[in-house]
Amino acid sequence: MSGSFVRLLAATALTLLAGTAFPGEIPQAERRSGYDFMSRETRAMQDDETANPGMLGVLEGGTLWARKTGAAGRACADCHGDARASMKGVAARYPAFDATSKRPVNLEQRINVCRTERQQAPALAYESRELLALTAFVARQSRGLPIDIAVDARVQPFLDNGRAAFYRRQGQLNLACSQCHDDNWGKRLAGNAIPQAHPTGYPVYRLEWQSLGSLQRRLRNCLVGIRAEPYEYGAPELVELELFLMWRARGMAIEAPGVRP
Amino acid sequence: MANALVNVPPRARRGEVIEIKTLISHPMETGYRRSQLGTPIPRDIVRLFVCTYNGTEVFRAELHPAIAANPFFVFSTVATESGTLAFQWTGDNGFSATESAAITVD
Repeated sequence: MSGSFVRLLAATALTLLAGTAFPGEIPQAERRSGYDFMSRETRAMQDDETANPGMLGVLEGGTLWARKTGAAGRACADCHGDARASMKGVAARYPAFDATSKRPVNLEQRINVCRTERQQAPALAYESRELLALTAFVARQSRGLPIDIAVDARVQPFLDNGRAAFYRRQGQLNLACSQCHDDNWGKRLAGNAIPQAHPTGYPVYRLEWQSLGSLQRRLRNCLVGIRAEPYEYGAPELVELELFLMWRARGMAIEAPGVRP
Repeated sequence: MANALVNVPPRARRGEVIEIKTLISHPMETGYRRSQLGTPIPRDIVRLFVCTYNGTEVFRAELHPAIAANPFFVFSTVATESGTLAFQWTGDNGFSATESAAITVD
């Protein structure tokens, strides 16, 4: 009892000090990846590169990386070279601020910016096989590296929006993300463990989907789950939420491509 | 065009039991689903997987619509001689994919 009182005091103090801490926020040391909530078999599937079905996407992404496309006749590799060096750590920094659109863009959007501007090719559709494959390939190069979201004055308002969305009750069930993922993680919802919602493994191969999927697909799933109207793919609200979730998982290791049940 | 991942130990002792893992990229569409417009989605599955070791068949599997996308097989065989393990997947709509891996036995 006294422990919770101290925690409340500490949270209040932090709120007063920084204006950022929310009661119920998971302390840094207690953060756990969704990986830790999975069965031994599913963990083994993610760890073994020849058993992880997400690696099929990485393999395909590697082919797309080297393929010339668009009116410019350029491949990703023509500018960026060897992805193992040039893309190392990139996925750990996204969503990142884009100076042209003056807002944060996620990794998928960044790839499409490159496609339309540098390669002069049509943008790839969200959740298309090609975009997921390229994203998985780029994200794979950051495996094991800590998530490192740069927050400056330009990014801060978007981060605040994302945070507000995370703590906002919404949908017919009137639930906030935080009510499951901050307050009740580790408990079970319809037989499934509730994870802490740290997006460490995206794009993930979700066994239920039988395919790779982006973080936005996962977020839309959750929104449907709380009977809220899901935002369209690429919607600013989803990118802001992604930004907040990645910032919330700062320092945790990238696992892409993850496997989730 | 199909992507496949195979894992064969590169070296083994003669008589050793080796574990082989294969993963193939395939949607495994059951044929029982309907599109949002109500039209049936035709079946598109891998029907047969065969592994040969220097020309001798060592593993064969028939696949059916209840098998999930991207079929994954783990099986074992006895390392008898150096050579090649060849893998072949065949299925609906003329689907065919091959992969091979070399093994040194000493």
